[in-house]
Amino acid sequence: MTERLTLAKAINLGLRRAMERDPKVMVMGEDVGPLGGVFRVTDALQKDFGEDRVVDTPLAESGIVGTAIGLAFAGYRPVCEIQFDGFIFPAFDQITTQLAKVHYRSGGRVQVPVVIRVPYGGGIGAVEHHSESPEALFAHTAGLRVVTPSTPADAFVLIQQAIASPDPVLFFEPKARYWDKGDVDVTADESSLGLLPAGEGVRPEASLLERASVLTRGDDVTIAAYGPTVRTALTAARVAGEEGRSVEVVDLRAISPLDIDTLVASVTRTGRLVVVHEAPTFLGVGAEIAAAVTERCFYSLEAPVQRVGGFHTPYPVANIEEEYLPDLDRVLDAVDTALSY
Amino acid sequence: MITTDTGGETPHVDRHDPSDDPVQLLSPTGERVHHEVYSARADHLDRAALEGFYRDMALTRRFDVEATALQRQGELGLWPPCLGQEAAQVGSARALRPQDFVFPSYREHGVAWVRGLDMRSLLLLYRGREHGGWDAREHNYNVPTLVIGSHALHAAGYAMGIQRDGDVGTGDPDRDRAAVTYFGDGATSQGDVSEAMVFAAAAGAPVVFFCQNNQWAISVPTAKQSRIPLVHRGTGFGIPSVRVDGNDVIASYAVMAEALERAHSGGGPTFIEAVTYRMGAHTTSDDPTRYRSRAEEDMWRQRDPIARLRNHLEQLGTGSDFFDAVEAEADRLGEDARAYCRSLEHPPAESMFDHVYATPHAQVERERAWFRDYKDSFETEVVR
Ligand SMILES: Cc1ncc(C[n+]2csc(CCOP(=O)(O)OP(=O)(O)O)c2C)c(N)n1
Ligand SMILES: [Mg+2]
Repeated sequence: MTERLTLAKAINLGLRRAMERDPKVMVMGEDVGPLGGVFRVTDALQKDFGEDRVVDTPLAESGIVGTAIGLAFAGYRPVCEIQFDGFIFPAFDQITTQLAKVHYRSGGRVQVPVVIRVPYGGGIGAVEHHSESPEALFAHTAGLRVVTPSTPADAFVLIQQAIASPDPVLFFEPKARYWDKGDVDVTADESSLGLLPAGEGVRPEASLLERASVLTRGDDVTIAAYGPTVRTALTAARVAGEEGRSVEVVDLRAISPLDIDTLVASVTRTGRLVVVHEAPTFLGVGAEIAAAVTERCFYSLEAPVQRVGGFHTPYPVANIEEEYLPDLDRVLDAVDTALSY
Repeated sequence: MITTDTGGETPHVDRHDPSDDPVQLLSPTGERVHHEVYSARADHLDRAALEGFYRDMALTRRFDVEATALQRQGELGLWPPCLGQEAAQVGSARALRPQDFVFPSYREHGVAWVRGLDMRSLLLLYRGREHGGWDAREHNYNVPTLVIGSHALHAAGYAMGIQRDGDVGTGDPDRDRAAVTYFGDGATSQGDVSEAMVFAAAAGAPVVFFCQNNQWAISVPTAKQSRIPLVHRGTGFGIPSVRVDGNDVIASYAVMAEALERAHSGGGPTFIEAVTYRMGAHTTSDDPTRYRSRAEEDMWRQRDPIARLRNHLEQLGTGSDFFDAVEAEADRLGEDARAYCRSLEHPPAESMFDHVYATPHAQVERERAWFRDYKDSFETEVVR
């Protein structure tokens, strides 16, 4: 059975299911209790699961992630909420030097199944630190899985699989898409979600944690996008289609690991690739994809891989953010460029 | 010259245990209250001075209410109201000297006003037009820091610079300087704020930590940040600390005056907890009905800091002429703020590439050039 849910509500429901399934799952962060988070993603969870399992923490991100690591040592599965992308940095040390490395350091003996939820991305007219896309910084750190859903359906599955993962997962939520609606299969259960007993993660065939999805089939050019830019990519595919160009859109879903196989299969057919993300292109996810795809299917490429993304500037003021963000025109421009070779 | 060189000895600090009873010099109904230590700090404030405080508070409130309305009308992206915190802000700021340097967070509109800032520049950040809005050195008042607590360390470091410049303990009122940082109750939980106090105490740096405990950090009550009054946070670091009624503008002035005298004279840092209340929403995006009661709001409305001072002034004989004049001035300020806000145009898109670095940077310049060409390509299309 499917229900039409917003992205925010789909994550909320996924959290609820995970908490019902496993008493060790906790939610913690700033304002996640009675307020339900500033985006209401944790709405009503404290009311239903109590203050021990849904914790309004003191105002300290390093504290949130650091104590989540301790809770994981004690057998819990904390899901931390960082209020906005730009406020993850007080926790950067705990995430990169501790969370990412506990399993490695322990020789595989200690798992730290912590999920860190981060509303990210721009386009909401916000002030500084509320519109950033820092995913590459975390994907660059070995030991962390990094995922980002673009639809309510994927968000519902991904959040439950992320919680089931024995690895730490950075779960980036495209905040500008929180209110987008989509059909969600709310009957999905443990077995259809592929959830294995605690510590074993997710059945590979069912896992979205490492798998991109091909949203539209096309022959002329591939657009790879994730999170907030997927909708833009789909619009670009439609508009280009009206001009007789056949565009394939791939939603990466996972940033670490990258599903390079799916991209290579696509580009082997289309010969052209455009990568779109809001984060700066310089040393970003698109740069890695361009290199990896070039290594794997150099002889299939008809054009250099095009990157569309943010600039090498801090996220600009809201008045001009639309000029910074990759929009339909810029994606179409890149498609044109790719096709001009 | 570093004036607090202790020669390796642990410096002696006054370990007095601060009282949990906030210092109060003006009762909630507007009567002067005697305080053994602090009355003397405010004795010189005559009626004219207090009328000045009143004007500061009333104009701050009007500006704040106007900005809240502008947000509702879609003219601002966001606004964090300081409603209810005017006494803590104005009283403390009035004790500052021009050469003292302030690192505020985002709600200190009353401090900005007292520092002499054109209040209208506060709108630039919240309209999404600038990340800052003014030159910090012009009024020794930095632009807001939005990452909770980070700037407490900047204040400690600035104060360490003052020590190295030898601008403490000279006795010259035009030379001795201090750094002051404003932050909230929630901010005290951040590691950076604790580290700032560690550094300030270790260096004996001339810095004042002014914490406005407005009872809430968005939806989280102060009790979730600390089991004891926040004033003891300072004491724990060996920093003289005081708790003040932050809705009492005279007491807020007095405790800040003492803290600044300590800083200026080489006595090191002070921590102040000003007990006040955020009468409005956290920001215009917030809905306080989800987490706090109407009864609580009503109780604090009874303690309105502006009404309290007005009662006192009326007892001193200030007449309606004065209040009417302030009201008229507030009307003009409000109108002016509205007109200014509406007149603001978007900056040129290409300005996003400005000031990323102080000197030219090849990556930025390549991207700027690409952006310019890209924009030009549209112009050409139109012409064609
Ligand atoms: C590092 C960081 N984390 C989270 C936030 C989001 N945030 C903005 S204001 C706020 C509450 C601050 O409360 P308090 O320190 O009491 O100051 P007040 O807003 O009450 O003046 C939070 C959590 C932030 N700005 N910075
Ligand atoms: Mg507060």
